[in-house]
Amino acid sequence: MQVNTASPATIDDVEARLRERRYIGDRALATSIYLALKLEKPLFIEGEAGVGKTEAAKVMADVLGARLIRLQCYEGIDLAHAVYEWNYPRQLLHIRLLNESEDRRLAEREIFSPEFLLRRPLLDAIDNTDETPPVLLIDEIDRSDEEFEAFLLELLSDFQVSIPEIGTIKAKKPPFVVITSNRTREVHDALKRRCLYHWIDYPDLEKEVEIVRARAPEAADGLAREVAALVQGLRGMDLYKVPGVAETLDWARSLAALGARSIDTSLVDATLGAALKYQEDLEKVREKVPALVEQAKRA
Amino acid sequence: MPEEASLRPDLLPRLGAFARLLHDAGLEAGPRRLTDATRALVHIDMKREVDFRSALRTVFVSRKEDIPTFEAAFDIFWAPPDPRITAGVIPVRSRALPMSPERAKAWSSVLGLNASQMNREQNPREVPTSSSGYSAEELLRHKDFDEMTWLETEQVRRLLEQAAWRVAERRTRRMRPARAGRIDLRRSARHAIRSSGELMKLFRRRPSMRRRPLVLICDVSGSMERYSRLLMIFAYAVARREDLEAFVFSTRLTRITRLLRQRDVDKVLDSVTKGVHDFSGGTRIGTALGDFNRKWARRVLGHGAVVIIVSDGWDRGDPAQLAAELDHLHRSSHRLIWLNPLIGSEGYEPLTRGMAAALPYCDDFLAAHNVQALDDLGRLLAGLGRRPAYK
Repeated sequence: MQVNTASPATIDDVEARLRERRYIGDRALATSIYLALKLEKPLFIEGEAGVGKTEAAKVMADVLGARLIRLQCYEGIDLAHAVYEWNYPRQLLHIRLLNESEDRRLAEREIFSPEFLLRRPLLDAIDNTDETPPVLLIDEIDRSDEEFEAFLLELLSDFQVSIPEIGTIKAKKPPFVVITSNRTREVHDALKRRCLYHWIDYPDLEKEVEIVRARAPEAADGLAREVAALVQGLRGMDLYKVPGVAETLDWARSLAALGARSIDTSLVDATLGAALKYQEDLEKVREKVPALVEQAKRA
Repeated sequence: MPEEASLRPDLLPRLGAFARLLHDAGLEAGPRRLTDATRALVHIDMKREVDFRSALRTVFVSRKEDIPTFEAAFDIFWAPPDPRITAGVIPVRSRALPMSPERAKAWSSVLGLNASQMNREQNPREVPTSSSGYSAEELLRHKDFDEMTWLETEQVRRLLEQAAWRVAERRTRRMRPARAGRIDLRRSARHAIRSSGELMKLFRRRPSMRRRPLVLICDVSGSMERYSRLLMIFAYAVARREDLEAFVFSTRLTRITRLLRQRDVDKVLDSVTKGVHDFSGGTRIGTALGDFNRKWARRVLGHGAVVIIVSDGWDRGDPAQLAAELDHLHRSSHRLIWLNPLIGSEGYEPLTRGMAAALPYCDDFLAAHNVQALDDLGRLLAGLGRRPAYK
């Protein structure tokens, strides 16, 4: 099949191409992606854990035929890990191998050349020579700290990085930026202001069944529906950590791996850990497994 | 549609009016967003309402909480005229509103100042003066909050704002250059390169420090009424200097962090009363904390947060639920402090069912009935160690 990687022409086109790649999103997400591409603005995606935020960026890269550059954020992430760092061991080695008589100034210029630069994701995304600009995924920005956020704000406004020894590097083609957040803390408004925003909600039953069929094809049709219905039931309960779509998929795959074609109380009980990650939640749900199973079978 | 196509000219003023409506409802809808919206709509098939709606949503909304407001505003503004829809149904986010003459009256009823106290305010003789060897300030520090006049609370606010303590710091994962500490290989190597590859000098680094975030969860139910105003003033004073997330509850939980950010304390108090619908209602501490654990804990308890619950422990809910929620909260915070204004009263023992259920899970159990007590709390916060109390 000839894969079309030209920039999508309509929202329908975005929708269809996401679907081709087995990403079942809603039309609002397709609209946001389409507009982010057209307006050349970063797309800020928020949602609970495991609703497919990161996956959306990955699929987008595939849709555009672009390289995916991923920066996973964490507390304390700094420029040396996000943008660039000099390869000091190599520089030291190089300078020691130089002949004493050689011109020092020349040597210094040599070791501060791009050859000795360790390029981290952000520099990589800006200093790209790709035919199609890459997709830059800044994942879980809520895990980084305010200092990093401030830096990112600057980067996203002019897409350039300055390295004192080399000069300013500006993106010839700015990357398509996708920022995700689990909302473990509020990201600063100034950063959000530069972006288009989309909130990914949990899917409804029909959509979740569709997702399981697309992403976990090993689960039989009836099983896919039952698992999706089970998770929908769990989401209605008062839990510390409500299962996301990622958990639904894990659960469907686990059950399929056990050879199940349909759920029953003992199977659900044995595999509950695929969906629930807190001891209190497990205890609470264990008592209600028979009722949940019955309800899921009726859905 | 060609790239340079422009918006139907008649739509622009309507879009501007819609942006104003969103702005009035508390969303950020400045000129930049409006420009983005006009640019976005060029790419949209306007006949499809869903796309039109999504396009405006993705531009104007930037947090989940604003989505319902946006949807309601959209429905009202863009829907064909329908007599069944009436104005005023937008769930407006609380904003600072201008002063109204009813305000003082509203405050006195909500925050438990009775009429005689209001009158006493006008009376300068009631201002605490220096007598019996104590300074006025000293007297004020030990005066129970529920005996204070309006004017005294004003003075208390100033005292609280000037309090000298700051919350203790925690280590972050970010490193800073330092005289002592672990060797900073990156900087040392860099220096070595400048000096012909000889490692002449070792540089060092250590983790940078940051103040711990505070989370305040405040009971504003009927039994706490007498203390509510001062506790809000306390929250306001702390929010000036510390990284504070604040919530109030009586039957349900309301986040007031954003309300506390306004500059004028009276506006803050005003919008808290307007934004919190169950001031002085009954108490269900367990339900409120459960709400917090499920909806907010993951968002505000990162980075070694210290949680402060302020309540007298009069609970109409289920003590077992309260215990379970506190247990969870205790495990997900660096330190859990319970402030009880009743501790100040003579002969008080934590005998209420709620308090008895709560005690095993609190690291500290302190008074909160006067300025002195809040100062003690401040000292505790300033001295918090690196490790949690007992876990």
